[in-house]
Amino acid sequence: MADRDLIELTPEQKKRRRARSIAIALFLAGLVLLFYLVTIVKLGGNVANRPL
Amino acid sequence: MALVDDRSMTMGRAEWTGGSASVGDYFELLKPRVMSLVIFTALTGMVLAPGGVHPLLGFVAILGIAVGAGASGALNMWYDADIDRLMSRTARRPVPDGRITASEALQFGMVLSVLSVMVLGVAVNWAAASMLAFTIFFYVVVYTMGLKRRTPQNIVIGGAAGAFPPMIGWTAVTGTLSWESAILFLIIFMWTPPHFWALALVKSEDYARAGVPMMPVVQGAASTRRQIVLYAALLAPIGVLPTVLGFAGLTYGVVAAVLGAVFLAFSVQVARVTEGPEARKAAMRLFFFSIGYLFALFAVLLVEHLVVGALAGV
Repeated sequence: MADRDLIELTPEQKKRRRARSIAIALFLAGLVLLFYLVTIVKLGGNVANRPL
Repeated sequence: MALVDDRSMTMGRAEWTGGSASVGDYFELLKPRVMSLVIFTALTGMVLAPGGVHPLLGFVAILGIAVGAGASGALNMWYDADIDRLMSRTARRPVPDGRITASEALQFGMVLSVLSVMVLGVAVNWAAASMLAFTIFFYVVVYTMGLKRRTPQNIVIGGAAGAFPPMIGWTAVTGTLSWESAILFLIIFMWTPPHFWALALVKSEDYARAGVPMMPVVQGAASTRRQIVLYAALLAPIGVLPTVLGFAGLTYGVVAAVLGAVFLAFSVQVARVTEGPEARKAAMRLFFFSIGYLFALFAVLLVEHLVVGALAGV
């Protein structure tokens, strides 16, 4: 496709895309942390219940 | 470093208008004010439910229900962008305003719907997750796609979607449904028609322009006013049921009875004053009072239960 048909983002669009990317990254990191903590809570005392 | 090159999109400039939304625009898609009421009523359902839940799992349950409600809001804005554009109250929403494209709203809503249900199911229980999935389906498919543009009973039946959160909260703790949570459902269900019709009386021209068959548009203001009084008369005693049936105390019962009577009095006022700016004022007063009414009922339920629980523990 010819170069002129491609989209060039304006500085404002780039700034907003970066903000969206950061928001998604934080959301995913939060989800990972949440799943980790939920796992620990659900395991509870059983976390120590394993063959040594 | 950007993972996607700035010029890697191969669609023509004129065809693509997306990608310019801010994080705040996406947040707006979640209907945060509706979400706050959902969080509050779901929390009340959780606190009132017998037994307990680990605080973290309780937090996850509220988060899941809130995100699920937000996702329904985003899907609603995706589907309704054409009529939102025509109404003054909704024209500045992100999709009709052009800040977010319809397909972006659809993707956002779908991803959050699936995520919220999965997280609630995995972390809390699948009964609550199934109810959340049903609520999203009910709000988006049954209400938004099915009823809203077809019948003046749209918000009567569709109101069920907004009434489910306390039941989901309750189920998140107990893993099952109960008649107590059904009473909480019934309070919100009966509250919804007079709440929305009070607004619809004032905004009926908006709804008419958009072709949404709200009660005042289809059956006229007089019939709507009568029905507001009827629902308010039914709501007042239903509001007191938690005390009558023994799962709320006397404080709640008194507050619910007094506020129910005021709700009915404001509704009668709406029915009596039918002309001029006074009529508009009466309708808006009922609309704002109805929001306070629901918040107050659930706040008293919540606080009373916590105080009684704390005193019993002393």
